[in-house]
Amino acid sequence: MVVQEKARRAARRPARAAPARASILRGTVQVLGELLITAGIILLLFVGWQLWWTNIESDAKQSAVIKEFAQGLGGAVPASPEPDPSAAPVDYGTPAVAAAPGHAGTIGIMYIPRFGPNYTRPIVQGTTGDVLDTLGLGHYANTAMPGAAGNFAVAGHRQTHGAVLDNIHTLVPGDKIYVQTKDGYYIYVFRNNQIVMPSRTDVLEPVPTRPGVTPTESFLTMTSCNPRFGAEERIIAYALLDSWQPASAGPPAEIAAQVAAAVGGN
Amino acid sequence: MYGWIFRHLPGPLWLRILTSLVLIAGALILMVQFLFPWMSGFTAFTDSTIGSASQP
Repeated sequence: MVVQEKARRAARRPARAAPARASILRGTVQVLGELLITAGIILLLFVGWQLWWTNIESDAKQSAVIKEFAQGLGGAVPASPEPDPSAAPVDYGTPAVAAAPGHAGTIGIMYIPRFGPNYTRPIVQGTTGDVLDTLGLGHYANTAMPGAAGNFAVAGHRQTHGAVLDNIHTLVPGDKIYVQTKDGYYIYVFRNNQIVMPSRTDVLEPVPTRPGVTPTESFLTMTSCNPRFGAEERIIAYALLDSWQPASAGPPAEIAAQVAAAVGGN
Repeated sequence: MYGWIFRHLPGPLWLRILTSLVLIAGALILMVQFLFPWMSGFTAFTDSTIGSASQP
């Protein structure tokens, strides 16, 4: 029957009904196809946005935060880096511990020479999306501040939104991690890293992974996602406070140029 | 669909090309401002925190 129908229709080719129906079908398929192609293009654009554009956006916002922090230092901007060839390291005593700022307030700047000479990232209070997705390293609000006995824990993205901890796996034991606050410079030394499941909140304990133990030292713990383009696990980097120097003593020699570029330029 | 839209845009050819470029740019801005941030909530690799402090 269908064949007959088709044959009859073919025979009456010039008639109006058949081409009209065919063109409706063709139009529907065409619109559907165009919508599918559009969806594909949107998904590709999304990947580009996520992996590339969010970094550019975050870098700009983080630079603005650093600039603002530098202005907050005001006249107390560290004096031009002194060569300081003296051998004996000065002991500045117990490190100053600042009060924690409110949500999204700037705590300071982190410098990690292992991540390159331009690694200058702000540390901001809070670990919610609004902080981590734009402002850089987020400080877990319930953990200690830099210099205090306990655990100064920060989180950062491994990919997208600035990718602040992209190279966390390249840290080598002994690497220096510098934290600059308005009080001075905290020099941490990287000790080890660990890959854990996302539920392991004990890495944020005052003494990491040892709940209930009273801390006598200052730890720095950084958390990021692992593997690099996934989030099945977390990579944790532990560091210990090695020394401290007040802002008046100027920046440590290794990062002097970087500090000058980041906050001394104003 | 896009052909139909293009044919129904007013004005001469150069104006229609210009209008379509503006429309495409507008769609891109809407996507970057609203669609993509919303979509990124469904991808996993932005999650970098531990435990209950985790972002959505």
